[in-house]
Amino acid sequence: MEICGKVLKYGSDINTDVIIPGQFLVLTNSEELAKHAMEGLDLEFHKKVKERKIIVAEKNFGCGSSREQAPIALKYAGVKCILAHSFARIFYRNAINVGLPVLECGEVVMKILEGDELYINPKTGLIKNISRDVEFNVNPVPDFLLEIMEVGLVKFIRERRKS
Amino acid sequence: MNIIEKILAKASDRRDVNPGEIIEANIDKVMANDITAPLAVKAFKEMGGKKVWDKERIILVLDHLVPANRDRSAELHMLLRKFVREQKIKHFYDVGRGGVCHQIMMENHVKPGEVIVGGDSHTCTYGAIGSFATGIGSTEVASVFLTGKLWFKVPKTINIVIEGKLKQPSAPKDIILYIIGQFRADGATYMGIKFSGETIKDISVDGRMTLCNMVVEMGAKNGIIEPDDKTALYLKERGFTSPNFIKDDVDAKYYKTVYYDASEVEPMVACPFTVDNVKPVSEVDKVEIDQAVIGSCTNGRLEDLRLAAQIFRNKRVKEGVRVLIIPASQKVYMDAMNEGLLETFIKAGALICNPCCGPCYGGHLGLLAAEEVCISTTNRNFVGRMGHPKAKIYLASPATVASSALTGRISVPR
Repeated sequence: MEICGKVLKYGSDINTDVIIPGQFLVLTNSEELAKHAMEGLDLEFHKKVKERKIIVAEKNFGCGSSREQAPIALKYAGVKCILAHSFARIFYRNAINVGLPVLECGEVVMKILEGDELYINPKTGLIKNISRDVEFNVNPVPDFLLEIMEVGLVKFIRERRKS
Repeated sequence: MNIIEKILAKASDRRDVNPGEIIEANIDKVMANDITAPLAVKAFKEMGGKKVWDKERIILVLDHLVPANRDRSAELHMLLRKFVREQKIKHFYDVGRGGVCHQIMMENHVKPGEVIVGGDSHTCTYGAIGSFATGIGSTEVASVFLTGKLWFKVPKTINIVIEGKLKQPSAPKDIILYIIGQFRADGATYMGIKFSGETIKDISVDGRMTLCNMVVEMGAKNGIIEPDDKTALYLKERGFTSPNFIKDDVDAKYYKTVYYDASEVEPMVACPFTVDNVKPVSEVDKVEIDQAVIGSCTNGRLEDLRLAAQIFRNKRVKEGVRVLIIPASQKVYMDAMNEGLLETFIKAGALICNPCCGPCYGGHLGLLAAEEVCISTTNRNFVGRMGHPKAKIYLASPATVASSALTGRISVPR
Protein backbone atom coordinates (compact mmCIF):
# COMPACT_ATOMS: atom_id res chain seq x y z
CA MET A 1 0.00 0.00 0.00
CA GLU A 2 1.40 3.38 -1.06
CA ILE A 3 -0.39 6.71 -0.79
CA CYS A 4 0.39 9.99 -2.51
CA GLY A 5 -1.37 13.33 -2.21
CA LYS A 6 -1.51 16.82 -0.85
CA VAL A 7 -1.97 17.80 2.78
CA LEU A 8 -5.00 19.23 4.55
CA LYS A 9 -3.98 20.31 8.05
CA TYR A 10 -5.96 20.38 11.30
CA GLY A 11 -5.06 20.94 14.95
CA SER A 12 -5.42 18.93 18.18
CA ASP A 13 -8.43 17.18 19.73
CA ILE A 14 -10.52 17.02 16.56
CA ASN A 15 -13.52 15.15 17.98
CA THR A 16 -15.98 12.87 16.24
CA ASP A 17 -18.88 15.25 17.00
CA VAL A 18 -17.37 17.83 14.66
CA ILE A 19 -16.29 15.20 12.13
CA ILE A 20 -19.91 14.07 11.85
CA PRO A 21 -22.44 15.91 14.05
CA GLY A 22 -24.96 13.76 15.98
CA GLN A 23 -27.97 14.86 13.96
CA PHE A 24 -26.61 12.99 10.90
CA LEU A 25 -26.19 9.64 12.62
CA VAL A 26 -29.63 8.59 11.40
CA LEU A 27 -27.98 8.24 7.99
CA THR A 28 -26.66 4.76 7.15
CA ASN A 29 -25.57 5.39 3.57
CA SER A 30 -21.83 6.16 3.34
CA GLU A 31 -22.18 8.72 0.53
CA GLU A 32 -24.89 10.60 2.42
CA LEU A 33 -22.73 10.68 5.56
CA ALA A 34 -19.81 11.97 3.49
CA LYS A 35 -21.79 15.05 2.48
CA HIS A 36 -21.71 16.18 6.13
CA ALA A 37 -18.08 15.32 6.90
CA MET A 38 -16.34 17.95 9.06
CA GLU A 39 -19.50 20.04 9.08
CA GLY A 40 -18.97 20.95 12.72
CA LEU A 41 -15.46 22.25 12.13
CA ASP A 42 -14.76 23.41 8.61
CA LEU A 43 -17.44 24.47 6.14
CA GLU A 44 -14.77 24.70 3.43
CA PHE A 45 -13.76 21.05 3.92
CA HIS A 46 -15.44 19.70 0.78
CA LYS A 47 -13.81 22.31 -1.40
CA LYS A 48 -10.39 21.66 0.16
CA VAL A 49 -10.57 17.84 0.05
CA LYS A 50 -10.97 17.86 -3.74
CA GLU A 51 -7.31 18.89 -3.97
CA ARG A 52 -5.90 17.83 -0.61
CA LYS A 53 -6.74 14.27 0.38
CA ILE A 54 -4.28 13.54 3.18
CA ILE A 55 -5.31 14.90 6.58
CA VAL A 56 -2.41 15.77 8.86
CA ALA A 57 -3.49 16.58 12.40
CA GLU A 58 -1.94 17.10 15.80
CA LYS A 59 -2.79 15.27 19.04
CA ASN A 60 -5.77 13.05 19.88
CA PHE A 61 -7.46 12.98 16.47
CA GLY A 62 -10.95 11.45 16.60
CA CYS A 63 -11.54 11.77 20.34
CA GLY A 64 -15.04 11.39 21.78
CA SER A 65 -17.86 9.21 20.59
CA SER A 66 -17.35 5.69 19.19
CA ARG A 67 -19.32 6.58 16.06
CA GLU A 68 -17.83 4.70 13.14
CA GLN A 69 -19.74 7.12 10.96
CA ALA A 70 -16.79 9.52 11.53
CA PRO A 71 -14.10 7.61 9.60
CA ILE A 72 -16.76 6.47 7.08
CA ALA A 73 -17.72 10.11 6.36
CA LEU A 74 -14.07 11.12 5.90
CA LYS A 75 -13.25 8.14 3.69
CA TYR A 76 -16.23 8.63 1.40
CA ALA A 77 -15.61 12.38 1.25
CA GLY A 78 -12.32 11.50 -0.45
CA VAL A 79 -9.76 11.40 2.39
CA LYS A 80 -7.07 8.86 1.46
CA CYS A 81 -5.05 8.77 4.66
CA ILE A 82 -4.79 10.46 8.08
CA LEU A 83 -1.49 11.21 9.77
CA ALA A 84 -1.70 12.47 13.33
CA HIS A 85 0.60 13.11 16.25
CA SER A 86 -1.72 10.67 18.08
CA PHE A 87 -5.19 9.19 17.67
CA ALA A 88 -7.99 8.48 20.11
CA ARG A 89 -8.12 4.71 20.40
CA ILE A 90 -11.66 3.96 19.23
CA PHE A 91 -11.26 6.20 16.17
CA TYR A 92 -7.93 4.50 15.36
CA ARG A 93 -9.54 1.05 15.39
CA ASN A 94 -12.62 2.26 13.51
CA ALA A 95 -10.55 3.88 10.75
CA ILE A 96 -8.59 0.66 10.20
CA ASN A 97 -11.82 -1.36 10.25
CA VAL A 98 -13.45 0.78 7.55
CA GLY A 99 -10.27 0.67 5.44
CA LEU A 100 -9.10 4.24 5.97
CA PRO A 101 -5.29 4.26 6.42
CA VAL A 102 -4.10 5.97 9.62
CA LEU A 103 -0.55 6.43 10.82
CA GLU A 104 0.63 7.69 14.18
CA CYS A 105 3.53 10.08 13.54
CA GLY A 106 4.39 11.98 16.73
CA GLU A 107 6.33 15.23 16.26
CA VAL A 108 6.81 14.54 12.54
CA VAL A 109 3.41 16.13 11.83
CA MET A 110 4.82 19.50 12.87
CA LYS A 111 7.21 19.36 9.91
CA ILE A 112 4.43 18.94 7.38
CA LEU A 113 2.54 22.02 6.19
CA GLU A 114 -0.78 22.69 4.47
CA GLY A 115 -0.60 21.81 0.78
CA ASP A 116 2.67 19.82 1.00
CA GLU A 117 2.86 16.82 -1.28
CA LEU A 118 3.50 13.50 0.52
CA TYR A 119 4.36 9.91 -0.27
CA ILE A 120 3.34 7.48 2.49
CA ASN A 121 4.08 3.79 2.94
CA PRO A 122 2.20 2.47 6.02
CA LYS A 123 3.96 -0.92 5.81
CA THR A 124 7.46 0.50 6.16
CA GLY A 125 6.54 3.68 8.03
CA LEU A 126 8.26 5.84 5.42
CA ILE A 127 6.85 9.32 4.82
CA LYS A 128 8.42 11.51 2.14
CA ASN A 129 7.63 15.19 2.07
CA ILE A 130 8.16 15.67 -1.66
CA SER A 131 7.54 19.43 -1.52
CA ARG A 132 10.33 19.91 1.01
CA ASP A 133 12.55 17.01 -0.03
CA VAL A 134 12.71 15.41 3.43
CA GLU A 135 11.97 11.89 4.66
CA PHE A 136 10.67 10.63 7.96
CA ASN A 137 10.41 7.16 9.43
CA VAL A 138 7.55 6.51 11.81
CA ASN A 139 6.37 3.26 13.44
CA PRO A 140 4.91 1.09 10.68
CA VAL A 141 1.38 -0.26 11.01
CA PRO A 142 1.65 -3.84 12.41
CA ASP A 143 1.15 -6.52 9.75
CA PHE A 144 -2.09 -7.94 11.14
CA LEU A 145 -3.67 -4.46 11.15
CA LEU A 146 -2.28 -3.65 7.71
CA GLU A 147 -4.16 -6.64 6.33
CA ILE A 148 -7.42 -5.31 7.79
CA MET A 149 -6.64 -1.71 6.77
CA GLU A 150 -6.17 -2.68 3.12
CA VAL A 151 -9.65 -4.13 2.63
CA GLY A 152 -11.67 -3.18 5.72
CA LEU A 153 -12.80 -5.57 8.48
CA VAL A 154 -16.01 -6.64 6.71
CA LYS A 155 -14.20 -7.96 3.65
CA PHE A 156 -11.34 -9.31 5.76
CA ILE A 157 -13.73 -11.48 7.78
CA ARG A 158 -15.82 -12.45 4.76
CA GLU A 159 -12.73 -13.72 2.90
CA ARG A 160 -11.37 -15.51 5.96
CA ARG A 161 -14.68 -17.30 6.49
CA LYS A 162 -14.63 -18.54 2.88
CA SER A 163 -11.19 -20.09 3.18
CA MET B 1 -0.81 -8.90 37.67
CA ASN B 2 -3.24 -6.10 38.31
CA ILE B 3 -7.02 -6.50 38.06
CA ILE B 4 -7.15 -5.50 34.37
CA GLU B 5 -4.38 -7.91 33.39
CA LYS B 6 -5.99 -10.72 35.41
CA ILE B 7 -9.36 -10.27 33.70
CA LEU B 8 -7.77 -10.16 30.25
CA ALA B 9 -5.59 -13.21 31.00
CA LYS B 10 -8.64 -15.18 32.08
CA ALA B 11 -10.62 -14.08 29.02
CA SER B 12 -7.84 -15.13 26.67
CA ASP B 13 -7.09 -18.45 28.43
CA ARG B 14 -3.57 -17.41 29.36
CA ARG B 15 -1.64 -17.83 32.54
CA ASP B 16 -0.49 -14.21 32.36
CA VAL B 17 -0.45 -11.18 30.09
CA ASN B 18 1.78 -8.11 29.91
CA PRO B 19 1.07 -4.53 28.87
CA GLY B 20 1.58 -4.09 25.12
CA GLU B 21 0.78 -7.72 24.25
CA ILE B 22 -1.94 -8.35 21.70
CA ILE B 23 -4.47 -10.91 22.88
CA GLU B 24 -7.70 -12.35 21.58
CA ALA B 25 -10.31 -12.28 24.33
CA ASN B 26 -13.55 -14.20 24.65
CA ILE B 27 -16.27 -11.61 25.06
CA ASP B 28 -18.83 -12.15 27.82
CA LYS B 29 -21.35 -9.62 26.53
CA VAL B 30 -21.70 -7.15 23.68
CA MET B 31 -24.03 -4.15 23.67
CA ALA B 32 -25.11 -1.78 20.91
CA ASN B 33 -27.68 1.00 20.67
CA ASP B 34 -29.92 2.53 18.02
CA ILE B 35 -27.19 4.58 16.33
CA THR B 36 -24.41 1.99 16.44
CA ALA B 37 -26.34 -1.29 16.06
CA PRO B 38 -27.87 -0.55 12.62
CA LEU B 39 -24.38 -0.26 11.05
CA ALA B 40 -23.36 -3.40 12.95
CA VAL B 41 -26.34 -5.34 11.56
CA LYS B 42 -25.44 -4.15 8.06
CA ALA B 43 -21.79 -5.20 8.55
CA PHE B 44 -22.84 -8.55 10.07
CA LYS B 45 -24.79 -9.37 6.92
CA GLU B 46 -22.01 -8.15 4.61
CA MET B 47 -19.56 -10.41 6.48
CA GLY B 48 -21.77 -13.32 5.45
CA GLY B 49 -23.22 -13.71 8.95
CA LYS B 50 -26.23 -16.01 9.12
CA LYS B 51 -26.48 -16.70 12.83
CA VAL B 52 -25.08 -14.78 15.81
CA TRP B 53 -22.55 -16.52 18.05
CA ASP B 54 -24.77 -16.39 21.14
CA LYS B 55 -28.24 -14.86 21.21
CA GLU B 56 -28.14 -14.55 25.00
CA ARG B 57 -24.94 -12.49 25.17
CA ILE B 58 -26.04 -9.71 22.83
CA ILE B 59 -27.87 -6.74 24.36
CA LEU B 60 -29.57 -4.20 22.11
CA VAL B 61 -30.97 -0.97 23.51
CA LEU B 62 -32.88 1.86 21.88
CA ASP B 63 -31.84 5.06 23.65
CA HIS B 64 -30.50 7.82 21.41
CA LEU B 65 -33.68 8.35 19.38
CA VAL B 66 -36.41 7.33 21.84
CA PRO B 67 -39.20 7.71 20.93
CA ALA B 68 -38.42 8.07 17.24
CA ASN B 69 -38.34 11.77 16.31
CA ARG B 70 -38.51 11.34 12.54
CA ASP B 71 -39.12 8.69 9.91
CA ARG B 72 -35.43 7.86 9.53
CA SER B 73 -35.09 7.16 13.27
CA ALA B 74 -38.18 4.94 13.14
CA GLU B 75 -36.57 3.02 10.27
CA LEU B 76 -33.44 2.37 12.35
CA HIS B 77 -35.63 1.02 15.15
CA MET B 78 -37.57 -1.14 12.70
CA LEU B 79 -34.33 -2.57 11.31
CA LEU B 80 -33.23 -3.56 14.82
CA ARG B 81 -36.58 -5.11 15.75
CA LYS B 82 -36.37 -7.24 12.62
CA PHE B 83 -32.82 -8.36 13.49
CA VAL B 84 -33.93 -9.19 17.05
CA ARG B 85 -36.77 -11.36 15.68
CA GLU B 86 -34.63 -13.07 13.04
CA GLN B 87 -31.79 -13.87 15.43
CA LYS B 88 -34.01 -14.47 18.49
CA ILE B 89 -31.87 -11.97 20.49
CA LYS B 90 -32.88 -12.47 24.10
CA HIS B 91 -32.15 -9.03 25.55
CA PHE B 92 -33.74 -6.22 23.58
CA TYR B 93 -34.88 -2.99 25.23
CA ASP B 94 -37.50 -1.35 23.08
CA VAL B 95 -39.21 2.04 23.63
CA GLY B 96 -40.66 2.11 27.15
CA ARG B 97 -38.79 -1.01 28.28
CA GLY B 98 -35.35 0.28 29.07
CA GLY B 99 -33.50 3.58 29.03
CA VAL B 100 -29.92 4.69 28.48
CA CYS B 101 -27.91 1.65 27.35
CA HIS B 102 -25.20 1.87 30.03
CA GLN B 103 -27.72 2.18 32.85
CA ILE B 104 -29.61 -0.84 31.45
CA MET B 105 -26.39 -2.84 31.29
CA MET B 106 -25.52 -1.98 34.89
CA GLU B 107 -29.02 -2.74 36.17
CA ASN B 108 -29.42 -6.07 34.39
CA HIS B 109 -26.32 -7.53 32.80
CA VAL B 110 -22.85 -6.53 34.00
CA LYS B 111 -21.00 -8.77 36.44
CA PRO B 112 -17.55 -8.28 37.99
CA GLY B 113 -14.66 -9.92 36.15
CA GLU B 114 -16.42 -9.99 32.78
CA VAL B 115 -15.07 -8.63 29.50
CA ILE B 116 -17.76 -6.48 27.91
CA VAL B 117 -17.62 -4.42 24.74
CA GLY B 118 -20.18 -1.94 23.53
CA GLY B 119 -20.89 0.15 20.50
CA ASP B 120 -20.68 3.34 22.52
CA SER B 121 -17.65 5.10 23.96
CA HIS B 122 -19.11 5.26 27.49
CA THR B 123 -19.17 1.47 27.80
CA CYS B 124 -16.22 2.05 30.16
CA THR B 125 -18.87 2.83 32.83
CA TYR B 126 -19.14 -0.87 33.77
CA GLY B 127 -15.73 -0.93 35.39
CA ALA B 128 -17.57 0.54 38.39
CA ILE B 129 -18.27 -3.00 39.56
CA GLY B 130 -14.97 -4.52 38.47
CA SER B 131 -15.55 -5.58 34.89
CA PHE B 132 -13.25 -4.80 31.96
CA ALA B 133 -15.47 -2.83 29.60
CA THR B 134 -14.62 -0.66 26.63
CA GLY B 135 -16.19 1.05 23.65
CA ILE B 136 -15.78 -0.19 20.08
CA GLY B 137 -17.16 0.74 16.65
CA SER B 138 -20.01 -0.87 14.76
CA THR B 139 -17.97 -3.16 12.50
CA GLU B 140 -16.22 -4.66 15.51
CA VAL B 141 -19.61 -5.09 17.19
CA ALA B 142 -20.59 -7.08 14.08
CA SER B 143 -17.46 -9.22 14.30
CA VAL B 144 -18.29 -9.99 17.95
CA PHE B 145 -21.87 -10.87 16.95
CA LEU B 146 -20.27 -13.37 14.59
CA THR B 147 -17.38 -14.80 16.60
CA GLY B 148 -17.70 -13.78 20.25
CA LYS B 149 -14.05 -12.72 20.21
CA LEU B 150 -12.07 -9.50 19.84
CA TRP B 151 -8.40 -8.51 19.85
CA PHE B 152 -7.02 -6.10 22.45
CA LYS B 153 -3.68 -4.61 23.26
CA VAL B 154 -3.22 -5.19 27.00
CA PRO B 155 -3.16 -1.61 28.32
CA LYS B 156 -0.66 0.02 30.61
CA THR B 157 -2.53 0.79 33.81
CA ILE B 158 -2.51 4.05 35.72
CA ASN B 159 -3.46 3.66 39.37
CA ILE B 160 -5.32 6.78 40.52
CA VAL B 161 -5.36 6.79 44.30
CA ILE B 162 -7.86 9.15 45.88
CA GLU B 163 -7.61 9.83 49.60
CA GLY B 164 -9.33 12.31 51.86
CA LYS B 165 -12.95 13.05 52.54
CA LEU B 166 -14.98 14.65 49.80
CA LYS B 167 -16.33 17.92 51.17
CA GLN B 168 -19.99 18.86 50.68
CA PRO B 169 -21.26 19.90 48.19
CA SER B 170 -18.58 18.28 45.99
CA ALA B 171 -19.55 15.02 44.30
CA PRO B 172 -17.89 12.22 42.32
CA LYS B 173 -18.55 14.28 39.16
CA ASP B 174 -16.36 17.04 40.55
CA ILE B 175 -13.56 14.54 41.24
CA ILE B 176 -13.57 13.16 37.71
CA LEU B 177 -13.79 16.62 36.12
CA TYR B 178 -10.86 17.72 38.28
CA ILE B 179 -8.82 14.66 37.23
CA ILE B 180 -9.62 15.17 33.51
CA GLY B 181 -8.51 18.78 33.88
CA GLN B 182 -5.17 17.53 35.23
CA PHE B 183 -4.66 14.68 32.74
CA ARG B 184 -6.04 16.63 29.74
CA ALA B 185 -8.05 15.08 26.89
CA ASP B 186 -5.28 12.74 25.71
CA GLY B 187 -3.48 12.14 29.01
CA ALA B 188 -4.52 8.50 29.33
CA THR B 189 -4.83 7.47 25.68
CA TYR B 190 -4.81 3.66 25.21
CA MET B 191 -4.42 3.16 28.99
CA GLY B 192 -6.41 1.47 31.68
CA ILE B 193 -7.37 3.51 34.73
CA LYS B 194 -7.79 1.90 38.13
CA PHE B 195 -9.36 4.03 40.85
CA SER B 196 -8.43 3.15 44.40
CA GLY B 197 -7.97 4.69 47.83
CA GLU B 198 -10.09 5.46 50.89
CA THR B 199 -12.34 7.94 49.10
CA ILE B 200 -13.42 5.35 46.54
CA LYS B 201 -14.51 2.99 49.34
CA ASP B 202 -16.93 5.69 50.53
CA ILE B 203 -18.41 6.36 47.10
CA SER B 204 -21.59 4.50 46.10
CA VAL B 205 -21.80 2.35 42.98
CA ASP B 206 -23.81 5.16 41.32
CA GLY B 207 -20.92 7.55 41.98
CA ARG B 208 -18.32 5.01 40.89
CA MET B 209 -20.19 4.74 37.59
CA THR B 210 -19.79 8.50 37.10
CA LEU B 211 -16.01 8.17 37.66
CA CYS B 212 -15.53 5.23 35.28
CA ASN B 213 -17.95 6.71 32.71
CA MET B 214 -15.75 9.71 32.02
CA VAL B 215 -12.29 8.10 31.76
CA VAL B 216 -12.78 8.02 27.99
CA GLU B 217 -12.72 11.84 28.09
CA MET B 218 -9.00 11.59 28.83
CA GLY B 219 -8.52 8.93 26.20
CA ALA B 220 -8.50 5.84 28.44
CA LYS B 221 -9.48 2.39 27.23
CA ASN B 222 -11.28 1.49 30.44
CA GLY B 223 -11.80 2.52 34.05
CA ILE B 224 -12.07 0.00 36.84
CA ILE B 225 -12.67 -0.23 40.58
CA GLU B 226 -11.98 -3.36 42.60
CA PRO B 227 -15.22 -4.97 43.77
CA ASP B 228 -15.96 -4.71 47.49
CA ASP B 229 -18.89 -4.90 49.94
CA LYS B 230 -20.73 -2.11 48.12
CA THR B 231 -20.37 -4.08 44.88
CA ALA B 232 -21.69 -7.23 46.56
CA LEU B 233 -24.72 -5.34 47.86
CA TYR B 234 -25.36 -3.79 44.43
CA LEU B 235 -25.32 -7.25 42.87
CA LYS B 236 -27.56 -8.69 45.57
CA GLU B 237 -30.15 -5.96 45.08
CA ARG B 238 -30.26 -6.97 41.42
CA GLY B 239 -30.69 -10.65 42.22
CA PHE B 240 -27.13 -11.63 41.27
CA THR B 241 -24.86 -13.71 43.44
CA SER B 242 -21.33 -12.41 43.99
CA PRO B 243 -18.66 -14.44 42.21
CA ASN B 244 -15.15 -14.71 43.62
CA PHE B 245 -14.07 -11.14 42.97
CA ILE B 246 -11.00 -10.61 40.82
CA LYS B 247 -8.62 -8.12 42.46
CA ASP B 248 -5.01 -6.97 42.15
CA ASP B 249 -2.31 -9.47 43.08
CA VAL B 250 -0.17 -8.27 45.99
CA ASP B 251 2.70 -7.65 43.56
CA ALA B 252 0.51 -5.94 40.95
CA LYS B 253 2.34 -3.42 38.77
CA TYR B 254 1.19 -0.14 37.29
CA TYR B 255 2.60 2.09 34.59
CA LYS B 256 2.31 4.84 37.18
CA THR B 257 0.48 5.78 40.35
CA VAL B 258 -0.93 9.26 40.95
CA TYR B 259 -2.48 10.62 44.12
CA TYR B 260 -5.31 13.08 44.65
CA ASP B 261 -6.74 14.57 47.80
CA ALA B 262 -10.54 14.60 47.54
CA SER B 263 -10.84 17.11 50.36
CA GLU B 264 -9.31 19.74 48.07
CA VAL B 265 -11.78 19.17 45.23
CA GLU B 266 -14.31 21.97 45.05
CA PRO B 267 -17.32 21.97 42.69
CA MET B 268 -15.88 21.97 39.16
CA VAL B 269 -17.18 22.80 35.72
CA ALA B 270 -15.87 21.86 32.25
CA CYS B 271 -16.14 24.97 30.09
CA PRO B 272 -16.71 25.13 26.32
CA PHE B 273 -15.55 23.51 24.11
CA THR B 274 -13.45 20.68 25.57
CA VAL B 275 -14.01 18.40 28.56
CA ASP B 276 -10.51 19.14 29.88
CA ASN B 277 -11.18 22.89 30.07
CA VAL B 278 -12.00 22.52 33.76
CA LYS B 279 -12.36 25.38 36.27
CA PRO B 280 -13.78 25.72 39.77
CA VAL B 281 -17.44 26.78 39.62
CA SER B 282 -16.50 29.83 41.66
CA GLU B 283 -14.45 31.17 38.71
CA VAL B 284 -17.30 31.11 36.20
CA ASP B 285 -20.25 32.01 38.42
CA LYS B 286 -21.28 35.02 36.40
CA VAL B 287 -22.22 33.01 33.31
CA GLU B 288 -25.97 33.19 32.64
CA ILE B 289 -27.75 30.04 31.43
CA ASP B 290 -30.74 29.27 29.22
CA GLN B 291 -31.05 25.54 29.87
CA ALA B 292 -30.10 23.09 32.61
CA VAL B 293 -30.01 19.33 31.97
CA ILE B 294 -29.91 16.60 34.60
CA GLY B 295 -29.58 13.10 33.16
CA SER B 296 -27.45 10.83 30.91
CA CYS B 297 -25.24 7.78 31.45
CA THR B 298 -22.98 10.03 33.52
CA ASN B 299 -25.45 11.46 36.03
CA GLY B 300 -29.04 10.32 35.44
CA ARG B 301 -29.30 7.88 38.34
CA LEU B 302 -31.45 7.88 41.46
CA GLU B 303 -28.70 9.33 43.64
CA ASP B 304 -28.27 12.20 41.16
CA LEU B 305 -32.00 12.91 41.03
CA ARG B 306 -32.19 12.84 44.84
CA LEU B 307 -29.45 15.46 45.07
CA ALA B 308 -31.16 17.67 42.52
CA ALA B 309 -34.56 17.28 44.20
CA GLN B 310 -33.06 18.31 47.53
CA ILE B 311 -32.02 21.59 45.93
CA PHE B 312 -35.29 22.12 44.04
CA ARG B 313 -37.55 21.35 47.03
CA ASN B 314 -40.05 24.16 47.60
CA LYS B 315 -38.20 26.40 45.12
CA ARG B 316 -38.92 27.62 41.62
CA VAL B 317 -36.58 27.50 38.62
CA LYS B 318 -35.48 31.00 37.61
CA GLU B 319 -37.77 32.61 35.05
CA GLY B 320 -36.27 32.26 31.57
CA VAL B 321 -34.40 29.03 32.39
CA ARG B 322 -35.72 25.70 31.14
CA VAL B 323 -34.82 22.53 33.04
CA LEU B 324 -34.83 19.03 31.59
CA ILE B 325 -34.78 16.08 33.98
CA ILE B 326 -34.02 12.81 32.19
CA PRO B 327 -34.01 9.67 34.37
CA ALA B 328 -31.47 7.19 32.97
CA SER B 329 -33.87 4.24 32.94
CA GLN B 330 -37.48 3.20 33.46
CA LYS B 331 -36.36 1.81 36.83
CA VAL B 332 -34.77 5.10 37.89
CA TYR B 333 -37.93 6.88 36.66
CA MET B 334 -40.17 4.61 38.73
CA ASP B 335 -37.98 4.87 41.84
CA ALA B 336 -37.91 8.67 41.51
CA MET B 337 -41.69 8.68 41.23
CA ASN B 338 -42.11 6.46 44.30
CA GLU B 339 -39.84 8.71 46.33
CA GLY B 340 -41.81 11.79 45.29
CA LEU B 341 -38.88 13.35 43.46
CA LEU B 342 -40.84 13.86 40.26
CA GLU B 343 -43.42 15.95 42.09
CA THR B 344 -40.63 18.16 43.43
CA PHE B 345 -39.28 18.67 39.92
CA ILE B 346 -42.67 19.45 38.43
CA LYS B 347 -43.52 21.92 41.18
CA ALA B 348 -40.17 23.64 40.63
CA GLY B 349 -41.03 24.13 36.96
CA ALA B 350 -38.81 21.44 35.44
CA LEU B 351 -39.76 19.28 32.47
CA ILE B 352 -39.41 15.53 33.01
CA CYS B 353 -38.42 13.73 29.81
CA ASN B 354 -38.56 10.02 29.08
CA PRO B 355 -35.44 7.95 29.75
CA CYS B 356 -33.10 8.46 26.77
CA CYS B 357 -29.81 10.16 25.90
CA GLY B 358 -31.62 13.48 25.52
CA PRO B 359 -29.74 16.54 24.24
CA CYS B 360 -26.40 14.82 24.92
CA TYR B 361 -26.98 13.09 21.62
CA GLY B 362 -27.42 16.37 19.73
CA GLY B 363 -29.99 15.07 17.29
CA HIS B 364 -33.10 14.27 19.26
CA LEU B 365 -34.60 16.50 21.96
CA GLY B 366 -33.74 19.52 24.07
CA LEU B 367 -31.40 21.13 21.54
CA LEU B 368 -29.93 24.63 21.73
CA ALA B 369 -30.02 27.68 19.46
CA ALA B 370 -26.97 29.75 18.51
CA GLU B 371 -25.46 31.64 21.47
CA GLU B 372 -27.59 29.77 24.03
CA VAL B 373 -25.87 28.48 27.16
CA CYS B 374 -26.58 25.14 28.83
CA ILE B 375 -25.27 23.67 32.05
CA SER B 376 -25.52 19.92 32.04
CA THR B 377 -24.64 16.79 34.00
CA THR B 378 -23.69 15.04 30.75
CA ASN B 379 -20.21 14.17 29.51
CA ARG B 380 -19.25 16.21 26.45
CA ASN B 381 -19.29 19.92 25.62
CA PHE B 382 -17.88 19.81 22.09
CA VAL B 383 -18.92 22.28 19.38
CA GLY B 384 -22.39 21.29 18.16
CA ARG B 385 -22.84 18.53 20.74
CA MET B 386 -26.32 19.78 21.72
CA GLY B 387 -27.50 21.46 18.56
CA HIS B 388 -26.17 24.72 17.15
CA PRO B 389 -22.35 24.95 16.84
CA LYS B 390 -22.50 28.36 18.52
CA ALA B 391 -24.33 27.07 21.61
CA LYS B 392 -22.17 26.71 24.73
CA ILE B 393 -22.25 23.74 27.10
CA TYR B 394 -20.83 23.64 30.62
CA LEU B 395 -20.53 20.26 32.36
CA ALA B 396 -21.04 19.94 36.11
CA SER B 397 -22.48 17.83 38.93
CA PRO B 398 -26.24 17.43 39.51
CA ALA B 399 -26.02 19.74 42.54
CA THR B 400 -24.26 22.49 40.58
CA VAL B 401 -26.70 22.17 37.68
CA ALA B 402 -29.75 22.29 39.96
CA SER B 403 -28.42 25.29 41.89
CA SER B 404 -27.63 27.09 38.65
CA ALA B 405 -31.19 26.49 37.44
CA LEU B 406 -32.51 28.32 40.51
CA THR B 407 -30.27 31.37 40.16
CA GLY B 408 -30.16 31.55 36.35
CA ARG B 409 -26.37 31.61 36.31
CA ILE B 410 -23.66 29.05 37.01
CA SER B 411 -23.65 28.72 40.79
CA VAL B 412 -21.87 26.87 43.57
CA PRO B 413 -24.41 24.48 45.12
CA ARG B 414 -26.05 25.71 48.36
